[in-house]
Amino acid sequence: MNIQENQPDIAIRTVSLNLWYGQFQALFDVNLEIKQGIITSMIGPSGCGKSTVLRSVDRINERLGYVRITGAINVLDKNIYDVDVDLAQLRKQVGMVFQRPNPLPISIYDNVIFGHRIHRPPGSKLHRDEEDGIVEAALRRVLLWDKVKDKLQRKATLDLSLEERQKLCIARLLPVKPAVLLMDEPCSALDPKGTAAVEDLIWELRGEYSILLVTHNMAQARRTSDECVFMLMGRVMEHSKTDDMFVTPTRRETADYIEGRYG
Amino acid sequence: MNTRSDLSPTGNAAGDIRNQDWYVDKFFQSAMFVCGISAIVFVIGIFIFVFKEGAGFIIQQMDWAEFFLSPKWRPTSATQATYGTLAMVAGTAAVTVISMAIALPFSFGAAIYIAEFAQGRTREWLKVIIEMLAAIPSVVWGFIGLMIMNPLIIESFDVPIGLNVLNAGIILGLMAAPIITSIAEDAFKAVPDTYREAAEALGATKWQVVYKVILPAAKNGLLSAALLGVGRAFGETMAVLMASGHALTIPGSVFDSIRALTATIAAELGETPVGSDHYQALFAIGIFLFTITFIINMTADFIVRGIKNQ
Repeated sequence: MNIQENQPDIAIRTVSLNLWYGQFQALFDVNLEIKQGIITSMIGPSGCGKSTVLRSVDRINERLGYVRITGAINVLDKNIYDVDVDLAQLRKQVGMVFQRPNPLPISIYDNVIFGHRIHRPPGSKLHRDEEDGIVEAALRRVLLWDKVKDKLQRKATLDLSLEERQKLCIARLLPVKPAVLLMDEPCSALDPKGTAAVEDLIWELRGEYSILLVTHNMAQARRTSDECVFMLMGRVMEHSKTDDMFVTPTRRETADYIEGRYG
Repeated sequence: MNTRSDLSPTGNAAGDIRNQDWYVDKFFQSAMFVCGISAIVFVIGIFIFVFKEGAGFIIQQMDWAEFFLSPKWRPTSATQATYGTLAMVAGTAAVTVISMAIALPFSFGAAIYIAEFAQGRTREWLKVIIEMLAAIPSVVWGFIGLMIMNPLIIESFDVPIGLNVLNAGIILGLMAAPIITSIAEDAFKAVPDTYREAAEALGATKWQVVYKVILPAAKNGLLSAALLGVGRAFGETMAVLMASGHALTIPGSVFDSIRALTATIAAELGETPVGSDHYQALFAIGIFLFTITFIINMTADFIVRGIKNQ
């Protein structure tokens, strides 16, 4: 076993996860093992529960207030629904990229350092130079530094393109060193050029982070992911290597969806 | 029937067929137009009336330096009438400052609670009750100032009179609070939920979301809420008249009685001969008040527009 190594191979493990929005059951007995360090994509028709799974992993869907869950989700071998789990700590470990780029209405600089400032132990203050270094490193990592280095103090919601905003939203996750990145259709608001750029970036981050990517776009799943999960009606239908799934799907529903007979 | 409007290129639809629908349509268009511009007509009309009554005094008799810089308001003196408003301006300003010092923290706190923390029923009930506060007539507030706050202040602070800056400030603060609260709440509601979600997903607590994201994002709306509150406090008459003591002094502390600009007009206008200097001087004060509240409201409006254009 790899308990001593402190580095389990599985980044996210869901154990018979059921989820209800009020009376409506959205997930049925979901058992998933998302491996560490690779990109796993989730595909399936609208309403199949793929975003719900994603939004359960950092518990952001609890904002709705009427969500009920049974089962467990282990992130790095720790059940995130245990009573002793600190939400802030969980969300430090698990970063989330949303469908529409949503930079905060503060400066680009403050956006990038936002998470870092929040998760700093109370009372401790970083030297300005150190903060500058963190911001620069994160922006360089997402290939945005050269474009924004002259306007770091400009409001992030003003004059960035959608692609740049989405990259900024990825950049602001990095300073707190998350283990898992959740991406909820991160390219669906972007044009083809922006999509390509963000996909390249996601591929760049592979290895360093475990990435779970929800997408509507099967070609994207095929291009960018190592493994692929197909969901239908709140259930996991198939989970295999992406190449295998798109070439030799084991279930008929998967084959029908991939070939575009529904969805 | 159904082909006629589809073909009209101007969109001025049924232009050709003057049936009943056409007349009804035109009638309501005109009626709504009249309602729409009546606001403008009334504002201009009021301004012309107030200006006409005060203009003679402003142009001929008024000593500008005396009007703004002298604290002596002696309109009824037979030998040497003076028309200085400084004491009243100081009184009004003092009361406004105290009222905002009380109203702003409470209103913003209430608005934050309603918009960001309260859930379902609590939120709805709070909103209804706060709106009920706004419906209390000002003379009732004045009564509360006179009969409840007055003895309370005398007893608590051991001062000879409880009708003073503090009393009027508290009353005005309570009167302005519902307006400030509801505009501030609108400002918070206008902040897109995606900001909250983004910040929470980064691990921010609710309070961190509020003060690092929501407050900066809503700051223009809050500023405009505060300005409208100031306008409300500034222009209020009856409650101030009853709660402030109506004494013509420049206040040195919150326990001094004062006289407000508005209260002066209310108290004296009924007893002055129409057209006299005194009468016209009161209208000059009216123009002064009108100008200030106009500027405050315009500023608030421009700030709100600024938000929308962002």
